[in-house]
Amino acid sequence: MTITTGKKEKIDRLAELAARDDERGVSLWQEAFRRLRRNPAAIIGAVILVLFVLVAVVGPFFVPYGPTDAIGIRDGVVKSGQGIIPGSSGEHWLGYDHQGRDVFSRMIVGARQTLLVGVVSTLIGLAIGALIGGVAGAAAGLGGRWGRAIDTALMRVIDMMLALPSLLLAVSIAALLGASLVTVMIAVGVVSVPVFARLLRGSMISQSHSDYVLAATSLGVKKSKIAITHVVPNSLAPVIVQATLTLATAIIEAAALSFLGLGNPDTAVPEWGVMLADAQPYLGIRPALAIYPAVAIIITALGFTLLGEAMREALDPKLRK
Amino acid sequence: MTDSDILVEVRDLKVHFPIKRGVIFDRTVGHVKAVDGVDLRIPRGKTYGLVGESGCGKSTLGRALLQLTPPTHGEVAFDGVELTTLPAGKLRSMRRRMQMIFQDPMSSLDPRQNVESILTEGLQTHGIGANRDERRKIISETLDKVGLPRWALSRYPHEFSGGQRQRIGIARALVLGPELIVADEPVSALDVSIQAQVVNLLDELQDSLGLTYLVIAHDLAVVRHISDTVGVMYLGALVEEAPSDRLYTEPLHPYTRALMSAVPVPDPDVEDRRERILLAGDLPSPANPPSGCRFHTRCPWAQPTRCADERPALREIGGSRVACHFAEQIASGELRPHKVEVQIVRPEDEGEAPGVVSAPSEPGSYV
Repeated sequence: MTITTGKKEKIDRLAELAARDDERGVSLWQEAFRRLRRNPAAIIGAVILVLFVLVAVVGPFFVPYGPTDAIGIRDGVVKSGQGIIPGSSGEHWLGYDHQGRDVFSRMIVGARQTLLVGVVSTLIGLAIGALIGGVAGAAAGLGGRWGRAIDTALMRVIDMMLALPSLLLAVSIAALLGASLVTVMIAVGVVSVPVFARLLRGSMISQSHSDYVLAATSLGVKKSKIAITHVVPNSLAPVIVQATLTLATAIIEAAALSFLGLGNPDTAVPEWGVMLADAQPYLGIRPALAIYPAVAIIITALGFTLLGEAMREALDPKLRK
Repeated sequence: MTDSDILVEVRDLKVHFPIKRGVIFDRTVGHVKAVDGVDLRIPRGKTYGLVGESGCGKSTLGRALLQLTPPTHGEVAFDGVELTTLPAGKLRSMRRRMQMIFQDPMSSLDPRQNVESILTEGLQTHGIGANRDERRKIISETLDKVGLPRWALSRYPHEFSGGQRQRIGIARALVLGPELIVADEPVSALDVSIQAQVVNLLDELQDSLGLTYLVIAHDLAVVRHISDTVGVMYLGALVEEAPSDRLYTEPLHPYTRALMSAVPVPDPDVEDRRERILLAGDLPSPANPPSGCRFHTRCPWAQPTRCADERPALREIGGSRVACHFAEQIASGELRPHKVEVQIVRPEDEGEAPGVVSAPSEPGSYV
């Protein structure tokens, strides 16, 4: 087939138009997001998380019963001493708990508490960890006697924290500060500090050996500016992924603390971990009381993990085509 | 040649990297002598090619020249200014005049910066261009020079091909209006067809802007094409330096002869008959270089005692500078090559010598 000049010009014009449409470059984050959208695991994780957040934020306004109302005892339906705890019915979708409270309402209100603890404690861990890791990484990258000394000192502190099993550390902190909601958040947050610190530092050190840092040095850019404009932004991706994954473990750890009786002492506020702990004596009578919060914790943690893993894949430069 | 024509003068440059051991306290157990006493001069507007096998220290030399790796010893004078003792702030402002092009254009470009930001960074650092418009003008001119389209400005490095990325790297170096460009393997990461384009681009830029190049490469053909003078490095030191045509037609140092004999000739008749020198053994460890002449452990012309005892200095023979005690005798044919026993040279207390040494293949065993 021959292409006439007129046709050719038309094609060229079209091609130019297409090029102009796409004039803005696609940044790394945009491309990572494109890849994320194509990953089914990411979509499942995102759907779970959106549902979870929706329930946690909006749900408590629509619960059918107060989460602390002992309706079952008042109505005489629940007699936990005699082992009578009715299961699900048309009115109480998930039945009553041992104190005659509506489990469905408690699950929904508990979601909010779980989300709050997960997010705040992860942010605490991220903030402290990134600060320590960033300072250590910058000090190691700048080098010199002082740089190395600062880096070594900070990392030995982190090593000491890593040497303790995380739950033991959290329990110690919670016991030291006295049980309260804030304590749970601090305890769970502090446990994740070493992970963030080591991750950011390692990432920064490997980035500071890269060619583009050398190129910036040869342009005459100051070391401190290179650290802020090149090294830190390029080191953040793994830290953000880790934050997503840490959210999952934070929820589980907060539940574990509640289970151990170191959680929020304010019993008016239901929490999945506390519900799990409370259900323990009644496992023989109504195991569902433990299963509901356990499954909720598992699904939420799974959602965060799926999304985190998918983000790691999307952001991995080695997998980019 | 008068001194004012010399843009870069390197005197007895040494870069030694400490080898550290120890669990709690690091102690230095030795040094890797990556560059061990190099003298060279690069005239203004000329191209100096640096060749040598990988690990011979040529990249380190390039970085030490730009003070990107601090030299252990020696002097680097750039346009009469001594760089090794220059305070950090003054050195930074000097960097405007000397730039670098890297081997891997992908890893040398920050993946999070678009091209405009990459090119603006240097301008801002040195306060070139009063405002955004003026800087944009400089950047557009630079894009034209390296043959990149305008729409490249808003794009990110991963959206370009290898050759285009290298053009971005060249533009980044060029935008500051430097006098010296150190190109560290500028084309070895590129396809052959793209290599020619980039080499020609470098050539054109030199003609139009009067740039001085130090081109580091292991591709002898590329170096010959682009260089006025070529220096051959072996184990951290220059073994021969000559005008490029002379080096390729009349190599004097045994190592250069071996290198040149490895270049295939595009004529099958000549290719079949020409003499090939295969070197025995591997490059000795730069942590524990051989005594005397660095090359004597692999040299087919090595003579007893003198080559092992005395390190030859670069001396002028004809138009070349050669570091060989017997260069004249080898050139005249008075000395004949002999068989070389493989010596295993390894750093002290770095494992046992292997029981069985795999013999190097005999000449022609691949045919």
